[in-house]
Amino acid sequence: MDHLPLAISTFCFLVGFAYTMHALGARVYRASRLNLVAILCGFVGQSVFLYLRGQALGRCPLTNRFELLIFLSWALVLFYLLIGPAYRLSLLGAFTSPLVFLFQTSALLLVADVPSRPRLAANGWLELHAAISVVAYGAFALGCVAGVMYLVQERQLKSHHIHSIFYHLPPIRDLAVANARLIIVGFALLTVGLGAGFKLGSMFTHSPLTAWSVVVWLVYGGLAALGGLRRISPRRVAWLSVAAFIGVLLTLGGLRFVTQTGAL
Amino acid sequence: MEILCLGLSHQTAPVELREKFAIPDGEVGAAAAALSKAAGVSEAVIVSTCNRVEFYVAAEQAAAGLAAVREFVAARLAPAEGAAFFQHATEPTVRHLFRVVSGLESMVLGETEILGQVKKAYAAASEGGATAKHLNKLFQRAFNVAKDVRTNTNITRGAVSVGSAAVDLAEKIFGKLAHCKVMILGAGETSELTAGALQARGVKSIFVANRSYDRAAALAVKMNGTAIHFDEWQRSFHDVDILIGSTAAPHHVLTAAQLEPIMHTRPARPLFCIDLAVPRDIEPAVNDLDGVYLYDIDSLQAMADRSMNVRRQELTICEQMIERHATEFGGWLASAWQQGGVKPVPPASGAAAQPAKT
Repeated sequence: MDHLPLAISTFCFLVGFAYTMHALGARVYRASRLNLVAILCGFVGQSVFLYLRGQALGRCPLTNRFELLIFLSWALVLFYLLIGPAYRLSLLGAFTSPLVFLFQTSALLLVADVPSRPRLAANGWLELHAAISVVAYGAFALGCVAGVMYLVQERQLKSHHIHSIFYHLPPIRDLAVANARLIIVGFALLTVGLGAGFKLGSMFTHSPLTAWSVVVWLVYGGLAALGGLRRISPRRVAWLSVAAFIGVLLTLGGLRFVTQTGAL
Repeated sequence: MEILCLGLSHQTAPVELREKFAIPDGEVGAAAAALSKAAGVSEAVIVSTCNRVEFYVAAEQAAAGLAAVREFVAARLAPAEGAAFFQHATEPTVRHLFRVVSGLESMVLGETEILGQVKKAYAAASEGGATAKHLNKLFQRAFNVAKDVRTNTNITRGAVSVGSAAVDLAEKIFGKLAHCKVMILGAGETSELTAGALQARGVKSIFVANRSYDRAAALAVKMNGTAIHFDEWQRSFHDVDILIGSTAAPHHVLTAAQLEPIMHTRPARPLFCIDLAVPRDIEPAVNDLDGVYLYDIDSLQAMADRSMNVRRQELTICEQMIERHATEFGGWLASAWQQGGVKPVPPASGAAAQPAKT
């Protein structure tokens, strides 16, 4: 039964996405509150699901890949709602909705929501590690979205072929700043998450997922340093943020460890 | 009761004629009040801009109302005679006003300044007690029409001049321009216009470099900027955000080889290059550098042309919307007629202007 709020939430993201596609198809896109309302409703649905699941499990709902995808979607939307009104009412919502819709539909249709016995008993460090780490990936996901928007806009500016979508994208410098900040925030959160994980002892340090997390931490650390300190161009930061997040998704999906023993 | 319009516009009269009939902003309210007291006229609004002078009146009888307007114009300004003047009966007047406020009758299709001008004219007339039930309803409806058309079509979309296209692009790159520094190479007229458009959006500072320092200084004074000697422009260039080139140099003033090392020192700071010169001042290859966006006069003009084409394509949709609103307004007039003797508006049949019968 706890899938019901999730289904409603997924439908809300579909509505937001469909509205934007329709508006763009009609060539008259207006920054509408409908998209924001749809995303807000979707966020409420996600939160209700995660709350109910957390109550049922008695721990942070990150015990299988299904929950992981929902938690990641929730974190992405959380950052989207926090990032500022200028972005919330722009096409960032249109770019965010399909990604969240994709995550949640994949979770609902393709990933079995089977109970998994957690390797570790619930405790404060584990909860902190798991939750903060996934929230960090939410920041990276939104950074990826901002990166895609940057690259779309940059391509249009360079080629001089201005599509009508151009008028609804935030300024390219704002996108570059948002992208760099999301990477830095995500990296800081991941650092805290990993730090909490190391408090768990050998069960954590000997896990393949930990090694993977450290690699991700190093990649984003490098990106945060280069982008945050303005050592490389925003275009390269955008490309790297997109590539890094796709890499995270692909490698995370490939970790049989997750499938076999539950997420975290 | 009839709603009538008599006037002339850029489509029917040259500026030499329009200026004879123009009424200063500060006087339109009093003029409308005086017109509304003329025999045969019960309400009046006068719209006077650089592109049109139009007298809207509500009158019991069309012929008497139009005659009163002509008499009023002749007494105050000059005889309102000749093919330059158009006059409309109730139905075409409604459609004409809806088209005017939507920018469909403007010199630059879809421009939005006219809406503000008509709003001011209506407010002045209203404050002077020159409007009542019919013109109040008509103008308020017209403002709703303008909002509907602007919001739901692309008629105001995009920049339709080189200067505004440059400003649009600058805002798409930098967002607010308040922190942007502009450098002008070559004190030409087009560069001045473009820099003026950027200045109107609040750019932080403007540097002007010209081979003749005196001309640079003169333009700098005009733009509240700083003049620099032409052979020193590269020294002030490192923190410039927008570069406008319009020199008469026969070769490239800025090349990719020159710019590349500068961009390496500011990788996160984009540079928008506007090349208005012919022959071009800026080597096209600079557009390939990271963070550099180069637009020459042709590409800006092409952008403006594309925007104008988009606006033209929207005309049919705008006409349909205006037709719907005019029909609804006609319904209101018909019910007002049933209640108080106003002649109903017949069904839609186009909005062609009727030349004045002289």
